[in-house]
Amino acid sequence: MSVTVHLPTVLRSHAGGAKDVTADGATVGEVLTALASEYPGLSGQVINGDGTLHKFVNVYVNDDDVRYLSALDTPVTDSDEVSILPAVAGGAVDLSRSLPR
Amino acid sequence: MLHLTDAVYHQMVAHCLTGLPDEACGLLGGDPGTAAVVTCYPTRNVAASAKLYTVDPKEHLRADRDAESAGLSIIGVFHSHTHTEAYPSPTDVTQAPDPTWHYVLVSLRDIRPVVRSYRIEGDVIAEEPVTVSSR
Repeated sequence: MSVTVHLPTVLRSHAGGAKDVTADGATVGEVLTALASEYPGLSGQVINGDGTLHKFVNVYVNDDDVRYLSALDTPVTDSDEVSILPAVAGGAVDLSRSLPR
Repeated sequence: MLHLTDAVYHQMVAHCLTGLPDEACGLLGGDPGTAAVVTCYPTRNVAASAKLYTVDPKEHLRADRDAESAGLSIIGVFHSHTHTEAYPSPTDVTQAPDPTWHYVLVSLRDIRPVVRSYRIEGDVIAEEPVTVSSR
């Protein structure tokens, strides 16, 4: 199953500058893993070494954030579009000094 | 140098003021080649905090699609600092997602809002001039 993946500007250089690429897989995790094996520069940028979704990345299937679906186990079909965007966050507090618990 | 229109500048500052007492945030759509911002996309701060912001991921996706359908890109993000100066905090630097983006800070510490813009690459912060035109 071949799915279109929309890349954010910051990751396009790892895929030859392409905005949209295709990859095979039946779940979001399979698609992203296939993508990283085709474009090794993407390896570790979206999925962590332990197989979880990178904290500073948001992944969507069509209009939905996969964190509210089944995360990397979310199923995909040919007609779906997977989008990757950076998680945009920050703020005045210095988290490196005051880690919230 | 970052170029804002009068409309974008006012929309951005107004969104930051209406977000008080929390930090407010939004995305800037424009031409990455000229650094001209055409559209301001005010977004919800899902962190709902006076000290942190997180752009609503769904609104980010909508803004990204809207900008790309107009032949533009998201070229930066703005957020307010409610009680500190318009300078990126260590948190802002650590979490800056894209070195090609423009990082706009709106300080609401003083009576008159202060708007400044930065490029952030790794842990290097470089301020850039901001122009506001009536275009």
